[in-house]
Amino acid sequence: MERHIQAPVIREDACRLRAGDYVYITGTIYTARDAAHKRMQEALDKGETLPFEMSCNVIYYMGPSPAREGRPIGSAGPTTASRMDKYAPALLDMGLVGMIGKGKRSGTVKEAIVRNGAVYFAAVGGAGALLSRSIKRSEVIAYEDLGTEAVRRLEVENFPVIVVIDAEGNDLYETAIKEYCVSENHFVHV
Amino acid sequence: MRTINVADVTQSVREMCIEANHFLAEDMDRAMKRAAEEERAPLGRQILCQLQDNLKIAGEDMIPICQDTGMAVIFLEIGQEVHFEGGLLEAAVNEGVRQGYTVGYLRKSVVGDPIIRENTKDNTPAVIHYEMVSGDQVRITVAPKGFGSENMSRVFMLKPADGIEGVKHAILTAVKDAGPNACPPMVVGVGIGGTFEKCALMAKKALTRPVDRHSEIPYVRELEEEMLQKINQTGIGPGGLGGTTTALAVNINTYPTHIAGLPVAVNICCHVNRHVTRVI
Repeated sequence: MERHIQAPVIREDACRLRAGDYVYITGTIYTARDAAHKRMQEALDKGETLPFEMSCNVIYYMGPSPAREGRPIGSAGPTTASRMDKYAPALLDMGLVGMIGKGKRSGTVKEAIVRNGAVYFAAVGGAGALLSRSIKRSEVIAYEDLGTEAVRRLEVENFPVIVVIDAEGNDLYETAIKEYCVSENHFVHV
Repeated sequence: MRTINVADVTQSVREMCIEANHFLAEDMDRAMKRAAEEERAPLGRQILCQLQDNLKIAGEDMIPICQDTGMAVIFLEIGQEVHFEGGLLEAAVNEGVRQGYTVGYLRKSVVGDPIIRENTKDNTPAVIHYEMVSGDQVRITVAPKGFGSENMSRVFMLKPADGIEGVKHAILTAVKDAGPNACPPMVVGVGIGGTFEKCALMAKKALTRPVDRHSEIPYVRELEEEMLQKINQTGIGPGGLGGTTTALAVNINTYPTHIAGLPVAVNICCHVNRHVTRVI
């Protein structure tokens, strides 16, 4: 189903989304990837505050290429989400409602998604030029020294994503490939 | 003997870094167009059409195809009649990368130490592979490599008794484990034989071979065709969201090996399989 949602995301809206839904996000989202997550975890360990509120917010796992003059951002596609699996459950428990990335998530992250009524979206990997068109503003708000890995606040309009893991724990990566898989025999490990 | 000033190498590398990150090579472009026409899954087809739009925007607006503009992998095939002047070749290549990634608005994705992890801020150093060949020319291939797919690559030290069936299992295991993480449709580079490091290097170089050109060794060609068919039957599909286009090509290189071993490396590349070659 095609849906339009506003970010920050009301938890009830997140819970209504189902794996396979094609969603256009409009509003404010935040970027953070490997190094920023490490710093956020260190901040939490020390009892310090995070660069932005987790509650009702969406994190986009993304580190852009530099913006040319007159443009808000460079190429801006998703990075592999599983590298953030170590950090995601704590952020979800703090109220984070959505994550945008690409690739599989761990069982622990899935449990945290279900426990909190959150959602994991995939953006199309390797479509950074196309996706940049939906980003209207970008501002570094923390960890500027990390360069592309700094935390950015993004204003997005109709940013296209697909629901991969929903609040019920359905996982599109697991269900969708079965339809086109000719034989399970290929999945034998050496 | 022919003398080449390394400044010419710098200039070429600089231009090739920018070109590779904005325009796919013709072989990849054709393969992506064909995939969009042939994909059976509706969502898969939609994703492949978005990737077509993405390529168009990248070229027209000069915005990198993918934000991960890679670590610069550079193959230098140096004719042994060539003499370089004007400085160190390695420094000249790195200067080309530094300039290309800076003036080309490409992402700086390299950290100076794998544990300390401070960004070098100019995407250097490159990973440079040198090969001495006959002649008086230098053939430069720039292949920026993204790490979503690099992280899903594998080396398998198989036993001779595992034979070709073991090789097939290894390739399919790597692809299956990569799944959506490697940004399918992927290109699969495979090295069979040699030593631990030789097979990995062959797999990397296989990714720079045009996706519409098969190995000249008959059994290897058959293996490439069979593996492509089997990979496209896994159902992984574009973006890992189901479909009939999981890989665009399987390119395999082989080399003699030891009586006790059968090394196999599988280097996976996403659909942004960038490679530009120039001869100077």
